[in-house]
Amino acid sequence: MATLKQEKNNKNIKLSKVDDEKKEMLELYKQMFLIRQFELACGENYSKGNIRGFLHLYIGQEATGVGSISCLNDEDYIVTHYRDHGHALARGLDVNRSMAELFGKSSGLSKGKGGSMHLFDSGKKFMGGHAIVGGQFPLATGLALACQYKKTGGLVVCFFGDGSTNQGTYHEALNLASVWKLPILFILENNKYGMGSSIDRVRAGGEDFYTGANTYDIPAAQVDGMDVLAVKEATKIAVDKVRQNGEPFYLECKTFRFVGHSLADGQKYRNTDEIKEWEKKDPLIKFPEWILSAGIANKIDLEKIQEEVNHKVEEAVNFAETSLEPKISELYDDIYKLD
Amino acid sequence: MPEIVMREAIKMGLNEALENDPNVLILGEDIGAYGGAYAVTDGFLEKFGAERIKDTPISEATFIGTGIGAASAGLRPIIELMSISFSLVGFDQIVNMAANLRYMSGGQIDVPMVIRAPTGAGVQLAATHSQSFETWLAEVPGLYCVCPSNPKDALGLLRTSIKTNNPVIFAEPALLYGIKGEVPEEYYEIPLGSASVSKEGEDITLLSYGAGMGVINEASKILSERNISAELIDLRSLNPIDYKTIGKSIKKTNHLLALDTSRKNGGIMGEVVSNIQEDFNDWLDGPIIRVGAKDVPWPYNKNLERAVYPSAENIVTTILKKLIKV
Repeated sequence: MATLKQEKNNKNIKLSKVDDEKKEMLELYKQMFLIRQFELACGENYSKGNIRGFLHLYIGQEATGVGSISCLNDEDYIVTHYRDHGHALARGLDVNRSMAELFGKSSGLSKGKGGSMHLFDSGKKFMGGHAIVGGQFPLATGLALACQYKKTGGLVVCFFGDGSTNQGTYHEALNLASVWKLPILFILENNKYGMGSSIDRVRAGGEDFYTGANTYDIPAAQVDGMDVLAVKEATKIAVDKVRQNGEPFYLECKTFRFVGHSLADGQKYRNTDEIKEWEKKDPLIKFPEWILSAGIANKIDLEKIQEEVNHKVEEAVNFAETSLEPKISELYDDIYKLD
Repeated sequence: MPEIVMREAIKMGLNEALENDPNVLILGEDIGAYGGAYAVTDGFLEKFGAERIKDTPISEATFIGTGIGAASAGLRPIIELMSISFSLVGFDQIVNMAANLRYMSGGQIDVPMVIRAPTGAGVQLAATHSQSFETWLAEVPGLYCVCPSNPKDALGLLRTSIKTNNPVIFAEPALLYGIKGEVPEEYYEIPLGSASVSKEGEDITLLSYGAGMGVINEASKILSERNISAELIDLRSLNPIDYKTIGKSIKKTNHLLALDTSRKNGGIMGEVVSNIQEDFNDWLDGPIIRVGAKDVPWPYNKNLERAVYPSAENIVTTILKKLIKV
């Protein structure tokens, strides 16, 4: 676990900096806890039949999404894969409307037309939630082209899983991003499994992916994706490089999902020992432990956060439950923009 | 009105858009330094610069998707595909991204983008390069799909295609880049979803689009020698389809022949005539006739390709056999 710089000088400015850093740490915890509780509530409501379709939970991977997204500005875009709830919440998408979307309600982010795999909030430059594996890469290069062309100073973070690296679009997009010097940060969430296929069985080239970025002349690094501070630190460096050099960067986060690919997954393809081993690194256990030991907050502070988050998630479920179904008359809305 | 070839008309439309709107840029393979496989963008690189005339790697899925991403962030990209057959490599991006983004985001995301692509057979490019996938893409809600048959329509449709805030498939019949036609000097647009009556007649409506218009035009000349007066309708837009214009013509002629120059099986006219049958049956005095290319992969050999491609003679014979019953 990375350590927090504790500068105990007498100067007020430095003291307030420490306070800011403490606040930041607690915010990271709060977001990770929110995602965990949100996902647990999703699982519960899937069992109840309130959420249907495919549901892919982010449980275990919270540190990756939260650590990295905490480094972004408002003008930066995010595109991601179908395991998108965590990224959406870390980006600050409305919790109520996110849950309502999963419930298929008209108050949902996409008015109930997108569902779990297709969360969008264009105002927050959160450009989906994409359910064809690898389909999001070209969208990311396009958004980055727009940033470059309009000179907005923004960049694009493109999240993807290890499974998508076997798609053609992965290689095409890395190549194009490099050739056109596009401001993209590619963030691989390497959770070792593309659905039920272990990378041992489907990937040539071993367990590490970041080295492959060299082929496309893209600087790359690897980080412990279970360590939110390490992810944050690495992303900060990567984001600075992308902004300064106007070139892509590749960050591999080694992470793990503690649950199945989707709620329909019996996990026959992996053994429980492996899951247990990774659960020891659970960011929702390790990070609060560190917060306590580093004296950033005490138990009561953390409990307060937990209470607040639990209330928020409860409220979101309630909001989703009591929201209206979309009207059948809305079926033809939003196919075309009226010119 | 000056006469220009179709290639020039399309070039005019692109040039105008590039001059008028700094958010317009063109992406495609060999559109810059090479000048475009069909020379439509020749000279653009020198005029507008590499920032706006972007030569891409041979990665259709990715440069189509890049256009979609750029469009969703406020640019107005125009994508050039070397052949509509290459759309297959980027089909996921066209269908799942360009067409679906708006709907599945609840209307949050616009994709103002044009995908231009040469389409159709007739130039001996064999199975992989001769197909007409505008017929597949026309089915997808969220996309507009047009295909001009002459320089005037090409310019007018291109203007509206670039102007709309929705993704458009702009299919350009490869056979027609060199055909001449009059183009008005004053500014005009052609609305998406409008068919046109390209020749008035009394006895039968011949309906087609793109390269098929030349074929039915020739057929109408042969028919006129037999005192059969054909009305010609150019569909122009495959999505949406202008049933009003077609219906009006059927009310007048009471007969319909619909021609696809793509394979007959799965051709857009199957959809068109099925709806016409439902809605205008009372005005039809005989069976609707469909003619299309033979349902085989496009062969390379000239004679074989000709045998697959529907001909005017073929149309006339079918009409005489099925309708006039001589």
